Amino acid sequence: MPSPVIPASPLPLKIQHLSVSRRGKPLLDDVNATISSAGITIILGPNGAGKSLLLHIAHGLEVPDRGSLTWNQDIPKPQEPWRAFVFQKPVFLQRSVQANLEYVLSLHKIAKARQDLLIEQALQHTGLIQLSKQSARTLSGGEQQRLNVARAWVLEPKVMLLDEPTAELDPSGVATMEMLIRKIAQLNTKIIMTTHSLDQARRLANDIVFLHRGRLIEHTPAKVYFAQPKTRLAADFLAGKLLDTD
Amino acid sequence: MNDFSQAFQKALQLIIQLDPDLIEIVALSLQVSLTAVFIAGLIGLPLGAALALYKFFGRGLLVAILNTFMGLPPVVVGLVVYLILSRSGPLGALGLLFTPTAMVIAQVCLVTPIIAALTRQTVMDANNEFHAQLRALGAKPQSMMNTLLWETRYSLVTNVFAGFGRAIAEVGAVLIVGGNINHNTRVMTTSIALETSKGNIELALALGVILITLSLIVTSAVMSARQTAHKIYA
Amino acid sequence: MKYFWVKATVLVALVVTLASVPAEKPPFITLSSTTSIENSGLLDYLIPRFRDRSGIDVRVVSVGTGRALKLGETGDTDLILVHHRPSEEAFISKGYGVKRREVMYNDFIIAGPRGDPLNIRKEGSVERVLTLIYEHKMPFVSRGDESGTHKKEMELWALLDVDVQQYSGRWYHETGAGMGTTLNIANGMGAYVLADRGTWLSFKNRNGLALLFENDPLLHNQYSIIEINPERHPHTKSKEAARFTDWLASSEGQQMIASFTLNGQQLFFPNALPQ
Repeated sequence: MPSPVIPASPLPLKIQHLSVSRRGKPLLDDVNATISSAGITIILGPNGAGKSLLLHIAHGLEVPDRGSLTWNQDIPKPQEPWRAFVFQKPVFLQRSVQANLEYVLSLHKIAKARQDLLIEQALQHTGLIQLSKQSARTLSGGEQQRLNVARAWVLEPKVMLLDEPTAELDPSGVATMEMLIRKIAQLNTKIIMTTHSLDQARRLANDIVFLHRGRLIEHTPAKVYFAQPKTRLAADFLAGKLLDTD
Repeated sequence: MNDFSQAFQKALQLIIQLDPDLIEIVALSLQVSLTAVFIAGLIGLPLGAALALYKFFGRGLLVAILNTFMGLPPVVVGLVVYLILSRSGPLGALGLLFTPTAMVIAQVCLVTPIIAALTRQTVMDANNEFHAQLRALGAKPQSMMNTLLWETRYSLVTNVFAGFGRAIAEVGAVLIVGGNINHNTRVMTTSIALETSKGNIELALALGVILITLSLIVTSAVMSARQTAHKIYA
Repeated sequence: MKYFWVKATVLVALVVTLASVPAEKPPFITLSSTTSIENSGLLDYLIPRFRDRSGIDVRVVSVGTGRALKLGETGDTDLILVHHRPSEEAFISKGYGVKRREVMYNDFIIAGPRGDPLNIRKEGSVERVLTLIYEHKMPFVSRGDESGTHKKEMELWALLDVDVQQYSGRWYHETGAGMGTTLNIANGMGAYVLADRGTWLSFKNRNGLALLFENDPLLHNQYSIIEINPERHPHTKSKEAARFTDWLASSEGQQMIASFTLNGQQLFFPNALPQ
């Protein structure tokens, strides 16, 4: 899959000596990486590797103890409209599908006329247009996760961060979601997502950031990672030998 | 059991006849308690929301006080308000003792902690649920608070009516500061106390039946409004 | 959402309407009276006539004699209608009240279980009756609330040199409540009780209670009306209050009191002296 180029890029994402510890336990330990290519970057690793925390820092939801993470030299703040975050478990307002999208656009002060256009676009792409009047909280699990993506997509972000977006879905839901993620990437939105699933990483990734116990083990193109892992830990993980817990 | 069936008959009779004294008493009960709850809501809702969402010095103490005051004995509130409003008290010059206004003041004191404490809990729960998501979507503190209050509006209305239930049913405070003056400060609960002391058990019980019915009507109206809303925007 | 706002608006409108009801009220005075008078319904009978004559409304707060006098001390009432002479005279000598006028009387009675286990019906004096109760430790219910009736009862025990306080909670029960409530309790306990005749006659929940002893000169029950000293409490409506006192002592007021009956029985007997 050729990597499309993002114009006026918020990239590179630069991570330097990033460390976070909670109650004396290191969660991220001197992580260094630079992500400058477009396409889909997968943060891979067993549970407890620090994937989700890294993604939260990338959206400005958490602050590192030491080191830095910058988008084209800027420290992220959650209000920036060019970047969207998708939680594993979404929370929707007790309103219709349409109103949940309107809410996000209103937060960012998008004019009403343009709102309708953006909402229709996002609902078309995610296949939710028939459900626009339905209450968001009555949608099925798969529909909710698509709305979760639509809510992130509606602002036409340049970067979308997804935290284990398919962890709660059945196989057909996973397939639909992966198709959607590929489509978003093709439409020039940089994707960074976490997963603990090797198969998913194989299917989606352009490059892999492999974390284990808070440390960055490898950052390589996906092809290289799967064909000839450079480190022992990565090879063990590929062979299914890494245990999730300490 | 005979007492009860007689009381129901008497209650029905009073309602059907639209007994003017009864109407006056019911109207004053509603006027006093609704006014008190309205004012208590104006104070309690923002206070509860602020306690849920903002950290400030003395917040823990304020929350502890609020939770304690939820169960304030009405007679104590009545006594304190009485001492303040008495001619020999600090606000005596206003001449408010033994007026419906004094009863409203006492009930505001009773109900505000209830509304504020319940609101705090409601908004805090909603904040736990929504905070991370709304922040990630780009909400700033002010719009976050507005969203939380709007999302919890039905629960908040229910909280307010929990306060109403307490106000309309209490007798200790209104008796002391109102004086149970006929045609002036006599409400449902003080009438029940008076008729009981006159030995008019049947009439007292009938008034009790009417009071409970009234509470039931108000409560079920609020509940049904909430359920309709839930059906539309679950 | 639309429905919510419709409901909210209706509710607010309702509250505002209800809250704005009290409009022009006629001039009024506040009268602190005893529960014994309130329960009898006498004032509901007298006040409309006085209002027709004077244009002044009378708002009645019913409490025990002790608290009624207290309301006078703090200036929370314009007039006091009570029934315990020593307390009334102390109230005036301390400068809280200016004028005490005796307006009517009736008497106290002793009620008790219909079966009358001590057979007090047959006794000739209230001292004998109370002595019997004391000696047999029969349940006796007292107001225990510093009301006129309570004070009267304490005076009677004092005559016998009996300190009932030390039996409180055993055969002697203090309710700390009004006359009606106390009668309800006496009825429930099958106890003897001292009551004023007005409350007794108007009391509807007698069931097992009966009037067992009456007509002892010691059981005389005098009611007086006292005006609050306007020098001490300038905000009191002394002029209007004096009009009520004068009317109550006038031939019309006195006739009204005499004509107030319940089931054909006269409850209060006027005895105001002409000015």
